[in-house]
Amino acid sequence: MAARGVVVIGAGQGGLDTVAALRAKGYGGPVTLVGEEPVAPYQRPPLSKGFLTGATRHDELTLRTESFFSAQDITLVCGDRAERVEPDVQRVRLASGGTLRYDKLVLATGSRPRTLPVPGMDLSGVLTLRTLADAEALRGLLSGPPRQVVVLGAGFVGLETAATVRGLGHDVTVVEAQRRVLARALTPQLSEWLAGRHRSQGVRLLLGAEVTALHGTPAGEVAGVQLLDGRRLPADLVIVGVGALPETRLATEAGLLVGDGVIVDQWLRTDDRSVYAIGDCARFPSARQGRHIRLESVQNASDQARCVAAAICGESVPYTAVPWFWSEQYALRLQMAGLTAGHDETVTVGDPDGARFSVLCFRAGRLTGAESVGRPADHAIARRLLSSGTGPSPAEARAPGFDLKSFVTRPSSPAPAHA
Amino acid sequence: MAKITYLHPNGTATVVDVQAPNTVMRGAKLNNIDGIEAQCGGSAQCGTCHVYVDEQSTVPLPSMDSVEDDVLYGTACPRRENSRLSCQLPVTEELDGLVVHLPEAQS
Repeated sequence: MAARGVVVIGAGQGGLDTVAALRAKGYGGPVTLVGEEPVAPYQRPPLSKGFLTGATRHDELTLRTESFFSAQDITLVCGDRAERVEPDVQRVRLASGGTLRYDKLVLATGSRPRTLPVPGMDLSGVLTLRTLADAEALRGLLSGPPRQVVVLGAGFVGLETAATVRGLGHDVTVVEAQRRVLARALTPQLSEWLAGRHRSQGVRLLLGAEVTALHGTPAGEVAGVQLLDGRRLPADLVIVGVGALPETRLATEAGLLVGDGVIVDQWLRTDDRSVYAIGDCARFPSARQGRHIRLESVQNASDQARCVAAAICGESVPYTAVPWFWSEQYALRLQMAGLTAGHDETVTVGDPDGARFSVLCFRAGRLTGAESVGRPADHAIARRLLSSGTGPSPAEARAPGFDLKSFVTRPSSPAPAHA
Repeated sequence: MAKITYLHPNGTATVVDVQAPNTVMRGAKLNNIDGIEAQCGGSAQCGTCHVYVDEQSTVPLPSMDSVEDDVLYGTACPRRENSRLSCQLPVTEELDGLVVHLPEAQS
């Protein structure tokens, strides 16, 4: 029987990079990429930034041209939905009625925005932001006269959107249930500093505030946000950025092991040896964290894509990439290397008042992560140090005049300095 | 428009015409040239669009700003005198004839 090849479900960054890496590695069987959205794979990060202001056009978001798919003999199926995976017969059923057989299946289904279980979420003027269509809708609403915008959630999507919307001249309030912004992703030091920057730009930040309902007009348009403490915030546009949930429906219905993400091993295989899962939807074992984690980032999707393509081509290597993230808010460049959860010590280097500094995080005396604002070299070097398991001790980092550039370029450097 | 040559580590060359306002990075992506990842999409965040400008090249390039200089501290392959981030090289007529070498790895 002819090879059935590889089917990849999900045409985001992870899905696209998987099919590209398969061909780059010389995989010769059929390759099919299935995406639910009606457009070719595109970059999501600008959707909360330049795309909303009009600085970035749709064609600049497109990751690959049509000719890429034909030249690489990759079948791209856009605007169709994988309805069911049948692992016993290695087949995917599509909403359009078609079926795809596979030797290997990669689930790169991503995540979807969480919503809040409060009344009024279905009012007109209440939006989430994940897809190009979401961003186009939001951009349309932001192009008119100034609005009263309430952003629910101070995560990356919420804060980036708040910064962009504020920059467009709208009135912006951010409501966050946690006591600090980006509580899951950042150290308290950086949370505090970043909150100050938003406030100085005229954004109202309401922390530790719980939303109980959205109020609407008789015409069904959102009019306000009700908080548990009794406050009612007027709003004619509500942007919901309260996190994302992994898209695991297909895996669950196929009987695969699922628990806040599709559970995979260090080679990104599910408990069915013909099925892999990568990116936002996958929960994988992190040697650094000593537990299974799930990450929502371009880096994670892209690096896992290359890892899974290698595995399918018979070059299995465990997934051990150092996680990193970036964010742009106002003119600030935020870059995070490693994972800072579980740190027991931090050292701040640089100049927080001048918006050029890094928070280095340590656990038991070892560097585990770095958060940088306006210090790209610190971020770049921290990624390399974390990857090689080296780095300064907290005492070294605390020495007057310390910086990572001189640390890696000093003559006795243990680090892979190549600057 | 500019003719740009991308030299792969195995010695093969791909020559393509790249239109403004694309960058040398985007020129590679649009023309299906392997060896440039550009995970951050071209915002000088990630250092995975690293190239070595051919040492014989006399094509005038924009000078390097401090962000690009900083990001080049973290490239997967060693930084050299002729290292650049291809996302920071906007294509103009002046870039016609540019030759860049792709590194062995980007991440």
